[in-house]
Amino acid sequence: MESRHKVLIVDDDPAVLELYRDLLSQLPSHPEIFTTTSGARALSMLKSESFRLLLCDLKMPTMDGLQVLSIVRRSFPELRTVVMTAVHNEEFRSRAYALGVDLFWLKPDTQQNMEMFLQCIESLLGRDEEGGFRGVQSKSLMDLIQMECLSQSSTVLRVTRGSLSGRIWIISGELIDAETEGARGETAFRRILEWKSGTFENLPAEPGRERSITKPANALLLEAAQAMDEIAAPETQSTEDVEQADHRKTVWRLAALTRAGADFVVSLPNEAEGKAEGWGTEATQELGLWMRQATEACSKLAHDLQVGSMEHLEGRSLDHRVVLLPEEQKTYLVGWRAEAKVSQLSEQSKQLVASWDS
Amino acid sequence: MGLLNLFSKASPGVQVLPSGTLTVDRNNHILATTVSSACSPELLQEIGDQVLNLFRQARKAQLPLSELTLHFSSLKITARELRGGAIVFLAPKHSFNSVT
Repeated sequence: MESRHKVLIVDDDPAVLELYRDLLSQLPSHPEIFTTTSGARALSMLKSESFRLLLCDLKMPTMDGLQVLSIVRRSFPELRTVVMTAVHNEEFRSRAYALGVDLFWLKPDTQQNMEMFLQCIESLLGRDEEGGFRGVQSKSLMDLIQMECLSQSSTVLRVTRGSLSGRIWIISGELIDAETEGARGETAFRRILEWKSGTFENLPAEPGRERSITKPANALLLEAAQAMDEIAAPETQSTEDVEQADHRKTVWRLAALTRAGADFVVSLPNEAEGKAEGWGTEATQELGLWMRQATEACSKLAHDLQVGSMEHLEGRSLDHRVVLLPEEQKTYLVGWRAEAKVSQLSEQSKQLVASWDS
Repeated sequence: MGLLNLFSKASPGVQVLPSGTLTVDRNNHILATTVSSACSPELLQEIGDQVLNLFRQARKAQLPLSELTLHFSSLKITARELRGGAIVFLAPKHSFNSVT
């Protein structure tokens, strides 16, 4: 008799556990479903029985999901792990992938997302039979795509950089389509390749996907690599080449501004002597100075009031709305027209900033 | 009666986040406030001072702001400019409306 895979689900909400038990028991492989509401209990269950897959919520009392996962990764390296959460936070996503989880999934809110989620789980259960090495890898996107193409695999690569997200469809080692932020095909593929860092997930293949890229993947990767080399090594270029590259960069950034619907962007390095750079404004240095003062004022308030770090600052004038975003290396000020929708401004600013230094 | 106090443990102090409204004039004099007296007047002066400076400095940077919202991990401070002074709203963020 064929043995059934065992799946353990950890969530502090019993109603969620019941829902997932019902859903996962309907998978084609008919796994055996076990549930628990606490991380500590989950660890003891993992010690006493052999499980194939662990689905873990992030936000739990006493021992949260990240703690459970870090213990599981060391104690049970063969166990497939999936994070399911309602917290839409890129930092959590990065931390979860850094812990080596197989999948980070926002709790499905639509029928389509639920179907994709179930397909991913079924795919993860199936992959167990293949064996091989597992671990946390940090590869360039180009390496990843080359590996997928060379191994003739069929998959959908979901790539995330901050609040930007893109997908690349590969069928039998051939690149057939890409999509990101309203762009499709080669344009989307090039745009995704411009992202310097981020996370990726392998989603189940979609054989019925319509083909929009006809050029071979290697040719596209070569073009993108050449373009990146030109930008990365200006010393090997003539003055004219450098000027052209700078000009292209400026044009690209102004185009990105227009595409996003923003009026201006000022970036300021976090080190004290860093000089502000601005696009779409003539008051770059003045705004840079204000950004520095605002960041210092917010740090002081955060310290004195003990209210945690500043997430962002929003300002409104007669003709503009501005969003100040502190990032790891730089602080950004994004200016929008006064009539821009307030509810989406911080999210839109984060998206623009995420693409800015790619 | 004080004898029993010998056996009671000192309860750990929990800092309450400031909540309410604060109105300051252009010289950072507090005109009115609904913030609890548990929050020290110095702290309120500090908030008023930083907010007024931010408005002034923004004006110098050719960005005359009429409203500012500072989002911290656990507090939102909204300030509206009032003829050189400001009205400031302090709203703590609750854990139940940020993450699940």
